[in-house]
Amino acid sequence: MRRLASIPEALVGLGILAILAAMALAASALFPGDPFAIKGAPLLSPFQDWSLPLGTDRLGRDVMAELFHGARTSLAVGLAAAAAAIAVGAVIGTLAGFAGGIVDEALMRLTDAFQTVPSFLLALAFVSVVGPSLTVVVIAIALSAWTGPARVARAEVLSIRERDFVAGARVIGMHPLEIALREVLPNALAPVLALSSVIVASAILIEAALSFLGLGDPNRVTWGSMIAEGRTVLRSAPFLSIVPGIALVLTVLGVYLAGEGVVEGTAVRKSLS
Amino acid sequence: MSRAFLLLRRRLAGSIFVLLIVIVGTFLLLEAAPGDAVDAYVVSTGGDAGLVEAMRQSWGLDQSAATRLASYLWALLHLDLGQSVAFSRPIRDVILERLPVTLILMGASTALSFGLGSALGIYAGARPGSLRDRFLSTASLALYAVPGFWLALVLVIAFAVDLRWFPISGFETIASGKAGFAHAADIAHHLVLPVTSLGVIYLALYLRMMRAGMAEVWRLDFVRAARARGLSRRRIVLAHVARNALLPLVTMLGLQSAQMLGGSVVIESIFSVPGLGRLAQEAVALRDTPLLLGIILVSAVLVILINLLVDIAYAFLDPRVGASEAGA
Repeated sequence: MRRLASIPEALVGLGILAILAAMALAASALFPGDPFAIKGAPLLSPFQDWSLPLGTDRLGRDVMAELFHGARTSLAVGLAAAAAAIAVGAVIGTLAGFAGGIVDEALMRLTDAFQTVPSFLLALAFVSVVGPSLTVVVIAIALSAWTGPARVARAEVLSIRERDFVAGARVIGMHPLEIALREVLPNALAPVLALSSVIVASAILIEAALSFLGLGDPNRVTWGSMIAEGRTVLRSAPFLSIVPGIALVLTVLGVYLAGEGVVEGTAVRKSLS
Repeated sequence: MSRAFLLLRRRLAGSIFVLLIVIVGTFLLLEAAPGDAVDAYVVSTGGDAGLVEAMRQSWGLDQSAATRLASYLWALLHLDLGQSVAFSRPIRDVILERLPVTLILMGASTALSFGLGSALGIYAGARPGSLRDRFLSTASLALYAVPGFWLALVLVIAFAVDLRWFPISGFETIASGKAGFAHAADIAHHLVLPVTSLGVIYLALYLRMMRAGMAEVWRLDFVRAARARGLSRRRIVLAHVARNALLPLVTMLGLQSAQMLGGSVVIESIFSVPGLGRLAQEAVALRDTPLLLGIILVSAVLVILINLLVDIAYAFLDPRVGASEAGA
């Protein structure tokens, strides 16, 4: 942790993420009630009325409240989709690498197939077939994001599976599936987890793009739907699309910076030991 | 030549399996969608239960899932993607009509991001750790975090609404009567903003990859040898360091094609560019699931073809690739 603090980029990234997490947690306390509720005159510019610091949108809703509640959706979707993708990818990659032969071949062709289909199109098709809700959006994003972790886990497992402790587990009569999931998988996890920042960032971006096209959860405020809403009054009130966009850029940047910092910090530790 | 051919044959065999999996996947999604083609037809025309039953029978929708998958495959083998309910035309014709626009958009975006990205990457990587390197690295990370659809809106506000330098939307001036060079220039004028919005994120990616690759190559012995031989710095940077760092970028070119196709959905929707991406968005809005899945299939084929091309290019650029297979 101290080493992390010596990398300025990591510090900035973690700072942004901390602010964001605070925004998400405080959303209900600071802005209780429905963020979709009408609070004032429509299309109020920012910094005019200090009870509505970022102004109001086309229907008179508080932009600041929407921004806070949107942080919650973005973070939740990003973290949930990344966790699901890494869990599924790690298991599939471990099974492929550990089993080898036809199982490996079949699972890797499956991975190829999911990488061949553009991930945004797949998410689009899945949401439009099943219907938009927060869970469906998370599954839709994880559906194409698991391929990266699967490939990395498989490569790592290939180098682990000939080690002595695996042979030892075999000798004491452990079931191969148990060896794969309880002995090999945890040892292959580190490089897979290094992918998490990229996956969280792309999950947040895909969620925003889906909401922008009107395929997000209709009962939740999202930054993507705020941008889409602002787009209808792009000429007269451009701030309505610009403000949530800046929040989005800062969030993704924070995730990248923090992720790079953590990888760099742990790499330094490795080379020192 | 035989080396590239062997590689190509092996990749083609793998690609057919991959394509089969994609086809089964789209079929399953089609099955999961509520309602079928007859429901969609009856909604627009009306009809009683007897007509519905007769139509299901004549379209083969009363058969088992396995039989329908077989006939789906049989139809695909004849390049028949089915009928679009929303456009009342064969899906294949609708897609083929939109495909060239997307290919132009993607080609231009790839050229911009790869060309400018690798050039700036060489500029930054020529002196790792220098001021310009730090500036370009930070700037590229910031660009990498910008969502394409938001950048598109900001560009529209700045360059189409305020400055009026570029048109707000469209692919060409409608019924302009332009031909030849003037027509091409008109399209290019319309595509400046979409191409920039689509390409900038990849520009940042190629810049970062090039820079990181060069930083690695600088440490290798042959670079020191080149220095010892007294080659000029310019020659070392371009002919030795940059050249060896370029290969991973070529691989990335193939991997990114799928992402770029996905990104074109939002960009084409914003700029009303009549390509495949906008068609996908229209298919969603008009609840035409077979059309959407047809687009997914065509995109998968496109991605496979692009990756095959990249593999061939790679085999020519790197003599080590496929050498062991040719020898065996």
